[in-house]
Amino acid sequence: MKDDERDAGSEEGLDRRGLLKCMTWGGTGLIWSLSAGLPSAMLVDQALGATAVKPFTFMQVSDSHIGFMKPANPDARVTLREAIAKINALPQKPDFIIHTGDISQLSKPEEFDDADQIIREAGLPVFYVPGEHDMLDDENGKLYLSRYGKNTKGTGWFSFDHAGVHFVGLVNVANLKGGGMGSFGPDQLVWLKQDLAGRPASTPIVIFAHIPLWTISQEWGWGTDDAGEALTYLARFGSVTVLNGHIHQIMQKVEGRITFHTANSTAFPQPAPGTAPSPGPVKVPEDKLRTLLGVTRVDFVRGDKPLAILDTPLSA
Amino acid sequence: MSRVICTRRRVSPLRALALATVLAGGSASVVGVAVPAWAAEPAAVGPTVKIDNFTFGPAALTIKVGTTVTWVNGDDIPHTVVSVDHTTFKSKVLDTDQSYTFTFTKAGEYPYFCSLHPHMTGKVVVQN
Ligand SMILES: [Cu+2]
Repeated sequence: MKDDERDAGSEEGLDRRGLLKCMTWGGTGLIWSLSAGLPSAMLVDQALGATAVKPFTFMQVSDSHIGFMKPANPDARVTLREAIAKINALPQKPDFIIHTGDISQLSKPEEFDDADQIIREAGLPVFYVPGEHDMLDDENGKLYLSRYGKNTKGTGWFSFDHAGVHFVGLVNVANLKGGGMGSFGPDQLVWLKQDLAGRPASTPIVIFAHIPLWTISQEWGWGTDDAGEALTYLARFGSVTVLNGHIHQIMQKVEGRITFHTANSTAFPQPAPGTAPSPGPVKVPEDKLRTLLGVTRVDFVRGDKPLAILDTPLSA
Repeated sequence: MSRVICTRRRVSPLRALALATVLAGGSASVVGVAVPAWAAEPAAVGPTVKIDNFTFGPAALTIKVGTTVTWVNGDDIPHTVVSVDHTTFKSKVLDTDQSYTFTFTKAGEYPYFCSLHPHMTGKVVVQN
């Protein structure tokens, strides 16, 4: 597509505006990276070629909405299965998958069952955080916790370390207050502060949660009310990557040393803010649907090398 | 009861059922076809608040004590109806075309919201 062609000739000179536009509207085949606080873009081949060390890779899958059977996608199971097939087709096996929520449409046991069965086909460890669609059982998320919350705290938050990177899964979809947006709540913030305390500032941090941590649209509730507090705990770290879902489209922002990125859904697209009367599912022509659904791959190279985020549509 | 249904976003139940049967390979979880008893068509009394495009319409409603209000979800995305105090009333999750009713027996102001999309807010004012 046009934007990609332009970017191919100017891997150094792509400005943030251009990058955002490219990632939001195109994305195919573009690798995005953060180096010394400045975003830079290059073609996938060049980026991988420049990397002498074999990176460790993990995948982000988001918003699979199993149970969704409406005009925007007659069966979200089919497209999730295609997303998993994409992961299975990678030349190098990722270390694990993170799922950033809305596994199900209505938190029904059979929806979770179907999702698990399909995701299992990847044969990889999976780390989940819930979306608001996963908390709809009669007991406000108890079913989710019983299935996915084994080593978690509170409503499902947790952290773990992998190859020198500290990963934190957060929940910003529980106990939401009328008139507000996403929220962590005081208990989780206390835990997060403690979890990060004492870690060297050189530790790369990856935060993942369902709703974006930066306000993309107040009107549509696309933000997290108390994210500002969480970000103060992260400010001293040299490399922070925040991965979210919820908005069913790729968007990103770099603020200092913090990179924010939202992933595509595997189920249905949602409109860009301000382009529709509501954030509901968008029905697109059938041959276009898979260009708007996809998975996200994150490559991490130790040291001061950039962390690279690559969004792959199902149609690629 | 007048029900405005946004036809452009709907698929006929028959077609949805057919799709679900074909794709589910026997273990169908057919969403939106089986309507739970609590979501049955309500009696045609009292006003209806329609949920469309992530908005309660009308957002503010004034009624007399004893009136039953019905909320109907017209969106392709589930919503809930929950009083701000979380206790006075609280619907189960409402999928497309499902509804919830509540009878207001005491005068007062009842602000409410959708617990999935808390930016969605509304209010019922109940007068003697
Ligand atoms: Cu809602």
